[in-house]
Amino acid sequence: MAHRWKNTLTSADVTPKSIWMNRRSVLAGLAGAGALSSVGGMATAQDALTPNTLEEIRSYNNFYEFGTGKGDPSANAGAMDTSGWEVTIDGLVDNPGTYALNDLIGDMTVEERIYRFRCVEAWSMVVPWNGFELADLLNKVGVQSGATHVAFETAVMPEVMIGVQRRVMDFPYVEGLRLDEAMHPLTLMATGIYDEPLANQNGAPMRLVVPWKYGFKSIKSIVRITLTDEQPPTSWSTINPREYGFYSNVNPQVDHPRWSQASERVIGGGLFAARKDTLMFNGYPEVASLYEGLDLAANY
Amino acid sequence: MTALIDPINSFARKVPAWAVYVLLSLPIPYFFYLAATGGLGFEPINSLEREMGQVALQLIIVGLLVTPARRFLGLNLLKFRRAIGVMAFVYVVVHLGIWVVLDMSLRFEQMWGDIWKRPYITVGMVAFMMMIPLAVTSNNLSVRKMGAASWRKLHKLTYIAAVLGAAHFIMIQKVWEREPLIYLAVILGALALRYIPKQKATGVDLRG
Repeated sequence: MAHRWKNTLTSADVTPKSIWMNRRSVLAGLAGAGALSSVGGMATAQDALTPNTLEEIRSYNNFYEFGTGKGDPSANAGAMDTSGWEVTIDGLVDNPGTYALNDLIGDMTVEERIYRFRCVEAWSMVVPWNGFELADLLNKVGVQSGATHVAFETAVMPEVMIGVQRRVMDFPYVEGLRLDEAMHPLTLMATGIYDEPLANQNGAPMRLVVPWKYGFKSIKSIVRITLTDEQPPTSWSTINPREYGFYSNVNPQVDHPRWSQASERVIGGGLFAARKDTLMFNGYPEVASLYEGLDLAANY
Repeated sequence: MTALIDPINSFARKVPAWAVYVLLSLPIPYFFYLAATGGLGFEPINSLEREMGQVALQLIIVGLLVTPARRFLGLNLLKFRRAIGVMAFVYVVVHLGIWVVLDMSLRFEQMWGDIWKRPYITVGMVAFMMMIPLAVTSNNLSVRKMGAASWRKLHKLTYIAAVLGAAHFIMIQKVWEREPLIYLAVILGALALRYIPKQKATGVDLRG
């Protein structure tokens, strides 16, 4: 079932600020004392979203398989051959197997979603994705009743991946979501940007997009999707559990040991663009209900 | 070796120290120009910030190599060392200024928190503060007033600032990167060279 989420983010489409502020103050209370004081200076979700240019989106990337510099993926990812791409679906599903990509997703309804994209490194972009809801794919393969989480895995192609050759981290890169997060209508499987197929550095031929989480959760170039009954390991939280948690929800009130997450710089603003305040759940308050009763400071 | 070193030494004797200040200042406006005109990519603030920090570290390394170069190669660049050190400080100030004004948009509250809470920023800030007394005393009057011995002792702070600077560079990476580790290795090497005992007593202590 596609088109469950409205894409045009105008003031009419978002939760009224007063409601969202109230919900936010509850969360802020959970996050700790003093958090409320920052509410006054907050930006609003009503800010019109101006997508970054395709050139920006294709030039400034993190994709450590192709090197750790921001320009490395665009320089190196072209060597990856995505024709004949196969995706393995396994675990607690009714229809496990290794599928040719088109057999798996050829019948999905592709729509445009203009989402904020917020990196844990405190920069952000706005990306006009083309893709389908992950829920549609999961429903197609048939999630069994015991499943609680979804695990994802990125391709490993050492011969073309310079970062894999240099072993900058453990590969394959793995990520995961709780099943309810995966089934949320905001959660997208993207296959394009600006109605063009994904560039390799953006995660061709298919990548996850979870707009209320830090960018590293939105795993690229997926070759395996596994339904499990336990929280799967995720790459960054394995490398450095103090800095990166499983949830990694965008949260200006939960301090990261390395970067303050209170504000962000929008890519493409040039030399004199000011930082802007980071929004709770990256400006997607509709996901707050997923985390009711969860201490977001402890579950970062 | 002397065939190569002697011409450099005689050339260096003719070059005034102020020329080094001028020469080493030129990259600053050049990189700002690049950043403003798209030459540093779509995230020019971060690129510029890193570029300035890296040049600062490179100059600190060059400054540390002056003494071993004289002792082991007979290359005498001592008259330029002050200019190199002062310009390293200038690059650190520019690097810090970019962080404060362009990167953090003068969000002082957030910066104050960052200085205490982010270890890599703490380390960088300590290195910067150590360089302040060095920059302030980089003049003949200070050498005379302090006396050569205590002036030299003070300026050994460079060693600590250099190591902290390299640590700052390493810590800002999310994974172990080669380049910053090479910087640290070169700095440690330059420091280690100072502690190789002299083969023959020359009667002159060339260490500075």
